[in-house]
Amino acid sequence: MSYIIGNNLVKKYGEGEIAVSAIDGINFEIEEGEFVGIMGESGSGKSTLLGMMGAMNAPTSGSLMVDDIDIYSLSQEQRADFRREFLGFVFQSFHLVSYLTVIENIMLPLAIIKAGKKKKRAMAEAAMNQVGLSGKAHRLPSQISGGEKERVAIARAIVNEPPVLLADEPTGNLDTKTSHDIMELLHRLNDEGMTIVMVTHSPDCAGYALRIMRVTDGKLVDDNFKLRSLKRWLKKEKSKEPFPNQNQVLVAGSLPTG
Amino acid sequence: MTLKTISIKNLLRRKGKAGFILAGLVIGVSTVVGIMAFVDAMANDINHKLEKYGANILIVPRTENLALSYGGLALGGVSFEMKEIQEIELARVKTIKNARNVAALGPLVLGVVSVDSHKVLMAGVDFKAAEILKPWWHVQGAVPEENEVILGAEAARILNLSIDDKITIKDKKLVVSGVLQPTGSQDDQLIFTRLVTAQTIFNKSGKISMAEVAALCKDCPIDSMVKQISDVLPGAKVMAIQQIVKSRMETLAQFKKFSYGISGVILLIGSLVVLVTMMGSVRERTDEIGIFRAIGFRKGHIMKIIFMEASIVSGLAGIIGYFTGFGAARAALFIFTENHPGDVPFRFELAVGAVVAALMLGLISSAYPAFMASRLDPNEALRSL
Repeated sequence: MSYIIGNNLVKKYGEGEIAVSAIDGINFEIEEGEFVGIMGESGSGKSTLLGMMGAMNAPTSGSLMVDDIDIYSLSQEQRADFRREFLGFVFQSFHLVSYLTVIENIMLPLAIIKAGKKKKRAMAEAAMNQVGLSGKAHRLPSQISGGEKERVAIARAIVNEPPVLLADEPTGNLDTKTSHDIMELLHRLNDEGMTIVMVTHSPDCAGYALRIMRVTDGKLVDDNFKLRSLKRWLKKEKSKEPFPNQNQVLVAGSLPTG
Repeated sequence: MTLKTISIKNLLRRKGKAGFILAGLVIGVSTVVGIMAFVDAMANDINHKLEKYGANILIVPRTENLALSYGGLALGGVSFEMKEIQEIELARVKTIKNARNVAALGPLVLGVVSVDSHKVLMAGVDFKAAEILKPWWHVQGAVPEENEVILGAEAARILNLSIDDKITIKDKKLVVSGVLQPTGSQDDQLIFTRLVTAQTIFNKSGKISMAEVAALCKDCPIDSMVKQISDVLPGAKVMAIQQIVKSRMETLAQFKKFSYGISGVILLIGSLVVLVTMMGSVRERTDEIGIFRAIGFRKGHIMKIIFMEASIVSGLAGIIGYFTGFGAARAALFIFTENHPGDVPFRFELAVGAVVAALMLGLISSAYPAFMASRLDPNEALRSL
């Protein structure tokens, strides 16, 4: 049986004639240990879908099961407990707490669990080592690079060893080299058995996923978008852009003479 | 890492806001403490001053006769021809429940004597008690020994007597040891001598005409003391000099009402400062609270963080506020009073009260912001990022 099951999920904002469908009857299944990428244009509903999987955005109708638990039949407080126990979140813009040090940010999810100081510290240090942040424990977020901030965000998401990691544009604010490092890190976590669902615009990042779900206008248009199809789709998308790359602009214009 | 760490770190990061809340509460608490301590000290001071006005309870023989007047006050049935109170019975006053509130007990023997064809009222008094009962007395010369008298200013003028002059009263030769400076009271008309001397002259050994009591009544109901004395002296009529008692009580009551009123207003302003600042702080922290909720913090955890911050700041404000208010009260007392500079006692209950009140104020004012913070939808909060 699948680990995460979305059943006819609908999310509407507003009521009556002015209602807008962000998610329009999506069905999907994700197996335990899968690495799934969700792609789609801006406003297609992919982040809304991720929010639903994160027990933070209740659907207007439909159901979402994780490990046989109907998430939205739970109370708000039970959903908070579920997020703590089952999910790790990596947000788009790191979203670290600015006044806490690296290790304190990583330990945030541990602040509300019953464990000794030493155990919490050991868990945080293990997560730090896993993401390659040793030696930066006492720096503030303002004192580390973007890539390091992303690593802190990932370490915070995995510190209590959740079975599922949800990542919303984890490389959105990073350069190519750092993005690659972060994706390698997520890939490694997936290899270790963690189920990962990642929203991304980047085909390079999506290439790390085992399966890609493509969302358009709130509908799941492809549940198993293969890499070859991805490249073809991307090419098609690029051709729609007015200035896909600088070379085309130069070829179309006239070069200065003299 | 605990919720306390988050609270403390947040306070340290937002030093300005925390300082603003702290300052608001410190001003509130210190003003209230200052006013209460000052009023308390002033009440003591006023009491001391009022006590200088002398007796506030009179003990006279029980009689059906018409009242006489003494010192401009209605005394009730003092009659020289009537039965007197036994001096020995007066000792029972020291056995009443509020005996420690009796500052002075002054027996008095009154009688009319003739000096050079002038009829004069003569009073035998206990001069030691008179120091407390009649603090306005200033004697030129010396306090009389046995067979000596002092004269009221008016009596000395009319009788044309001065210090060391000799007078004869009922065949007893007496020496004028001093003259009272004018008091503006009936005392100016009298001749005073020792109680024993007067008792001998009037042949009233062991008897007294009346007694005056100076009761310290800050902590005791004077009516209750009157009743207690009546119970031990069934043959006497005991009454409070109502004008003095009422003025004391009214003054204290007015001071207290004023202080409570000001305190209430200041506490209200303090709580509004906390409320507004905490609300602002919660709005600023929408993203942070969204992250906390997203990673599994319950509503209760968010409220706990806010309440913990409020507790830390308001507890600190309570302690600082108490000592600031205490110091301010001492300074105010030093400036505004003459006799008791710096006489503000440390009151443990006021210190504890200040800290508890500050804590309550901080927590109550933070309840709404904490509730609002806990209700933040993580999805909405994160969308605003």
